[in-house]
Amino acid sequence: MEIDRKDGRTANQLRPLSCARNVLNRAHGSASWSQGETKVLAAVYGPKAGTNKNENPEKACFEVIWKPKTGQIGKAEKEYEMILKKTVQSICVLNVHPNTTTSIIIQVVNDDGALLPCAINALCAALVDAGIPLKHLAVAICCCLTESGHILLDPSKLEEQRMKAFVYLVFPNSTLSVLPEEALKVRGEPMEHGLITSSTHGVMSVDDYIRCLERGRAATSKLSDFFRRNLQ
Amino acid sequence: MSPSLTPYSSFPFLPPIRVKPSLASLRQQLLPCLQPQIYAIAKTSGFYRMAAANGSSDLYSEMEVDAFRRLFPLRYHEQHLLKSVRPDARKLGSARDTTLALGAVASAEGSALAKIGSTTMLAAIKMEIMTPTVECPDEGSIAIEFHMPPICSPLVRPGRPAEAASVISKQLSDTILSSGMIDLKELCLVGGKAAWMAYLDIYCLDADGSLFDAALLSAVAAFSHLNIPVVSLNEDGRIVLVSEDNNQLKLEKQPVNTEKRKLKLNSPPFSLTCLLHKNYILADPTAEEESIMETAVTVVLDSSYQLVSLYKPGGPVHAHTSVIQDCVALAKRRVKELQSVLNEAISDMEVE
Repeated sequence: MEIDRKDGRTANQLRPLSCARNVLNRAHGSASWSQGETKVLAAVYGPKAGTNKNENPEKACFEVIWKPKTGQIGKAEKEYEMILKKTVQSICVLNVHPNTTTSIIIQVVNDDGALLPCAINALCAALVDAGIPLKHLAVAICCCLTESGHILLDPSKLEEQRMKAFVYLVFPNSTLSVLPEEALKVRGEPMEHGLITSSTHGVMSVDDYIRCLERGRAATSKLSDFFRRNLQ
Repeated sequence: MSPSLTPYSSFPFLPPIRVKPSLASLRQQLLPCLQPQIYAIAKTSGFYRMAAANGSSDLYSEMEVDAFRRLFPLRYHEQHLLKSVRPDARKLGSARDTTLALGAVASAEGSALAKIGSTTMLAAIKMEIMTPTVECPDEGSIAIEFHMPPICSPLVRPGRPAEAASVISKQLSDTILSSGMIDLKELCLVGGKAAWMAYLDIYCLDADGSLFDAALLSAVAAFSHLNIPVVSLNEDGRIVLVSEDNNQLKLEKQPVNTEKRKLKLNSPPFSLTCLLHKNYILADPTAEEESIMETAVTVVLDSSYQLVSLYKPGGPVHAHTSVIQDCVALAKRRVKELQSVLNEAISDMEVE
C-alpha cells in the first residue's frame, strides 16, 4: 500500500544525500553531511596528548561537543553527545593512540528531522577525513512508524512529530573482504546486520521494532554504498 | 597450596564482598583452573611475600582470588561466565533481589525507595499548582530530575553534576511521558486556569549498576503512591491548598477535587538492562560488571509487553536480531517480577 508523504517520496525513499569533506581549513578533519534540509557540520581535532579525568589512559579517548543551531545545550543535546561518544568508541581502534584525546565538534546547521543519524554520518566522514584509525564505518538511519503500522524511512521534522514512534538505528557498513563470506558471519548473520546503536521514542510492539531493524538494514546498505563512492 | 578458604572479613584492608554460601563450593571448583596464573601473579606482585609474612596458608589462598579479581578483572569474570555463573552467585539471566518501600519521604505527596541489589534510589513527588500553557489548557505537567550526589559513587565529584545524571534524566522523562502511563488531563483542576505540576526528583543513594532500571522503578512506585492534596477556590477565585488544621473552618468552601485523589496508571513501564559480552547476555549488571564489559542494552516494556524504548548506546559488541530477541524475552520475565514487587508494596501500604 502506498502512503502519501508531503514531499512525494515513497516510504522507503531517502532524501537526497550530499557529503563534502575537508570543508574547514584549521580542523584536522571535517565534513558536512546533508539529508534533504537537515545539515550537520562535523570537525575533528586531534589526537591530542593526555586524557580527561575518569577516562582510561590505556586507550584513545574521545570527547564530543554538540553545538545546536541556536541557544544553549540542554539535556537532549547531552544525550546526543553521550550516544555519539559511545558510538565513536565502538567504531574506532582505541589501542593505536593510547593516552590521547580526540575532540569532535558537531555543529547543527539546519534541523529538519533525523538529526542524530545525520550527525553520526557527518561524524564518520569527518573521522575518515582526519585519518583516525577505524574498524569500520557507522551508518545511521531513522525509521518512523505510522499509526497504521507502516514504516517510513528518513522522516522530515513534521513527519517525526506526527508519527506514533520513531527509531534511530546505527549499523556497521558492509565490508569488502578477501575472506570468504562465511568467515565474516556472526551467528549466521553478516557482520553489517549487527546493531551498534539504537534509540527509540514512542510505544510500539516488539515485532514492529524488528521490522524497523530489517528496513533499516536494507536502507543502510544503500547509504554505505554512497559512503564508499564518496570516500574513494 | 591449600585450597581451603577463609571468609573475606578476615582482611580488614579489603572491602567486604557479599557472597552467598553456595559460592564457596564454586570457588573450590574454580581455584584449580585459576591456580597457575594466580601463583605467577602472586609471586611477581609481592602478595606472596606479604602472605608468607603473615604465616598463614589459608590467608594466602584467599588473597589470591581477590588479587586475581583486581589484576585481571576481565579474565576473572570470563572464568565465571564459562561456568554460567556470576561472581555474586547469580545466573546470567537473573536480576538481583529487588525491594520497594512506598512512602519513604513523609513531607512529599508521593515517594518510594527502590533497591535493586545495592543500587538504591529515592524518588519523591511534590505537587504544585500552575497555570496551564496556552497550547494545552486542560493538561498538567510533569518535571523529572535525576540527581547523582557525590555520596552515590567514587566517580562522582562534588560541584559539577555527573554526566550520566542528565542523560538518565532525559531518558526517564522520555520514557515516562511517551509510555502514556499518566494521562496529563487527569492533572487538570480548572480548564485553562489551574493544573497540577508534578515535580519528581530521584536521588541515587548508591550507584551499583543498572541505574536507569532502579530509577524507573522508583519513579513508577512514587506515582502509584501519590496522593493528590485537596484544594479549594478562595474568594479571589484562586486555587488554594486546604490544609489539615483549618479544614473545619473552611468546610463551607467546596473542594475542587473531591474525587481524583489518586492517579490512574495505565500499564506502567518497567526496564531491564543487559550487558552483552561475546556470546553472553548478563541481566541487571552491577557497577563492576558495567565497568569491565561495556556494551549495555536497556529494554523498557510496559505491562502489556509493548516496547517503550530499546536503548543501546554503542559498545564494542553488535546486537544481532537473535540477541535483541533474547534481551526482550529476559525483559518480559523481569516485567512480571517487578509488577509483583510493585503490587506487593502497594498492598503492604494499604494494610498499614
